[in-house]
Amino acid sequence: MHSRVSIQTQDFNLADEVAALRLGDKRVGAVCAFVGTVRDRNAQGPQAGDGATAAAAPVVSMELEHYPGMTEKAIEAMIDEAQRRFGIYAARVIHRIGLLHPLDQIVMVAVTSAHRGESFEACEFLMDYLKTQAPFWKKERTPEGGRWVDARVSDDAALARWSIPSGNT
Amino acid sequence: MKLTVKYFASIREALGHGSETVDTSAASLAALRDELVARGGAYAQSLARGKAVRVALNQVMSNESAALSDGCEVAFFPPVTGG
Repeated sequence: MHSRVSIQTQDFNLADEVAALRLGDKRVGAVCAFVGTVRDRNAQGPQAGDGATAAAAPVVSMELEHYPGMTEKAIEAMIDEAQRRFGIYAARVIHRIGLLHPLDQIVMVAVTSAHRGESFEACEFLMDYLKTQAPFWKKERTPEGGRWVDARVSDDAALARWSIPSGNT
Repeated sequence: MKLTVKYFASIREALGHGSETVDTSAASLAALRDELVARGGAYAQSLARGKAVRVALNQVMSNESAALSDGCEVAFFPPVTGG
């Protein structure tokens, strides 16, 4: 049985991961997977389409840092919670770290279940949970220099949506 | 008591290191943070009240009311931005 959580610098293959996740499991009627990728525009720049004076700063590369020891434990606990809430069969999360570039894959969440409802919900739950609680930090490099990405208020709303206890002050 | 204190991301950059051993009698994470702020300089700037700082205790997300014990591991970091 392969591990449920991998934190790694290497890229992953979605089709291989999904095949391995449901291999031989005849209970599975639904598989849901999410992949996050690196964009070439800074998420916090002004909205695109404002016109020439307000273009978002281009992202040349992104560096992903994490808290070794805590990261794996935290995501394992999130998967346990997803299993408890939604009755999914299996789940796997891969999150890359290190230096990434636009078009690169960053994260994969894949889940299996009997029916599609649980899979869709569990997949979104895990992504929302990971976005707000998993100890990763992104530093974007633009032509103007390096900048740490700020956490988004909309991600905090996701915490409330799922009634995820934040444990934060 | 002796604790391991770790720092990540912009806080780590501001302090110039990601880990240190701290000798303290602080009873809680909040008291420890205040003690570190009192060092002044980059500590005060990064960890001041009003700055968004998250804390973990023994590698589990925590809040500042948590009690410290000898040999525990504490981490201070900005709100997370993975995914």
